[in-house]
Amino acid sequence: MSIICDHVNYIYSRGTSDEIHALKDVCFKIEDGEFIGIIGATGSGKSTLIQHLNGLLKATSGHIYINGEDIYDSDYSLKKLRSRVGLVFQYPEHQLFEETVLKDVCFGPKNQGLTSTESQMRAYEALENVKMGEDCYDVSPFDLSGGQKRRVAIAGVLAMKPEVLILDEPTAGLDPEGREEILHLLKSLHDEQGITIILVSHSMEDMADYAERLLVMDKGSLIMNGSPREIFQNSAILEEIGLSVPQVTGVLREMRQKGFDVDISATTIEEAADSIMRALGL
Amino acid sequence: MIRDITIGQYYQTDSVLHRLDPRDKLAGTLIFIISLFVAKNVTSYAVATAFLIAVILLSKVPMSFILRGMKAVVIILLITVLFNLFLTPGITFVSFWKIRITYEGMKTAAYTAVRLTYLIIGSSLMTLTTTPNNLTDGLESLMKPLGVFRVPVHEIAMMMSIALRFIPILMEETDKIMKAQLSRGADFESGGLIKRSKALIPLLVPLFVSAFRRANDLAMAMEARCYHGGKGRTKMKPLVYRGSDYIAYAVIIMYFVLIVIAQRVGML
Repeated sequence: MSIICDHVNYIYSRGTSDEIHALKDVCFKIEDGEFIGIIGATGSGKSTLIQHLNGLLKATSGHIYINGEDIYDSDYSLKKLRSRVGLVFQYPEHQLFEETVLKDVCFGPKNQGLTSTESQMRAYEALENVKMGEDCYDVSPFDLSGGQKRRVAIAGVLAMKPEVLILDEPTAGLDPEGREEILHLLKSLHDEQGITIILVSHSMEDMADYAERLLVMDKGSLIMNGSPREIFQNSAILEEIGLSVPQVTGVLREMRQKGFDVDISATTIEEAADSIMRALGL
Repeated sequence: MIRDITIGQYYQTDSVLHRLDPRDKLAGTLIFIISLFVAKNVTSYAVATAFLIAVILLSKVPMSFILRGMKAVVIILLITVLFNLFLTPGITFVSFWKIRITYEGMKTAAYTAVRLTYLIIGSSLMTLTTTPNNLTDGLESLMKPLGVFRVPVHEIAMMMSIALRFIPILMEETDKIMKAQLSRGADFESGGLIKRSKALIPLLVPLFVSAFRRANDLAMAMEARCYHGGKGRTKMKPLVYRGSDYIAYAVIIMYFVLIVIAQRVGML
């Protein structure tokens, strides 16, 4: 499912003293099946941007096309859009409300109008996807650990079978193991089921490892759009807007300055290791 | 949607009214409210109107912002006006079918509408120009004499300031949870009363859970900073009256005297 943002502007609290121009003339295109990363400092408009993509916020001006259809057309069903573009908010575990895990995951599919058996089938599948065992289906979601709650909440959106999955910092506040699990889950959803993933994150390492293309936001504008390799070449710009390059890229840059012939465009640990080995002639 | 409610909100700007001591504004608001109930004729209402307009201009809060807060109470206002209009006995002005509008009804309806509107604008001007912290400081200071009767003044003030502090947080939280549930296909807007109230469960349960979590965190943070109630607690910024505050007291008392005089000698 392709997504096109066409000169999107968004202004918060328009006409009051605390008016904020949160999105400025944002244009981009996302193709079917891509793994997109959105990076930017706090307050750069990332969260505002993703809320536009499933119609929760309406652009002050500009258009958004999903599969070529303008979502601001009066006969476009936002409810349908939301079941095709799944949005997982920051700390999604804060949205859990049902008595049991299974019931909570069924909430989305039921809202889509599926019967209760169908909803349960979807829920089983989604819970299996996020590696939640059968023993927890009848447990109250409030009795789970932080990482488990997060996975259940993500399952709640997955159960709606979205074609595009957008996640706002899904790994925030999780331990390293929990982070890895979530990121692996996203990768397998992308690789095996062909779901388009849009990931907002502050971890440059995660972005280098997983994203195919990065969108860089700064003060409401989209300032860069390209592969992680290309983006992380511009360490000066990134540092200026409060971001950084992956640690290994930083290390390689320092090595280059010290006279080693390494490839400073490497962004992942594997690439860096290869490049260093070659430079050392090993 | 939720952002539109401006009652109890603070409007950040710099004006004479913003700099005034909160005790002044609290007392002034109280006197203004009393004056609205004293006023019963056109002349006294004219005085109140002039005073209100002067205060609005002094506050530098844009009129559109104040009126936006009125939107939330327009229904209550309408119901009150209609009740007064149709149910006040007196000399008939027009009557059709079973409905009868009297001269007295029209008069009370008009006065009630004006009174309620002024009441809301007057009190929201106070909250618009006073930060919640200042407001509770003022309240605590004004209520201090009640401490003699073992009224836990500090605790009440603390509870108030925490409650006020939580309003915007909970609103934001509501907004967030609402969006999260909308993303999962929840529908808060269609269906009958029962369906709609049921649709609120996915919103209210997480909201309560988060309110308790936040309250717990806050209690912990307060204890970690050695909070142990009001005894022996001093203020970082104690309230001190300045020259302009005395002038404000004088103005508000003069205003009240004027209202009383207008009420006595005025027409209608």
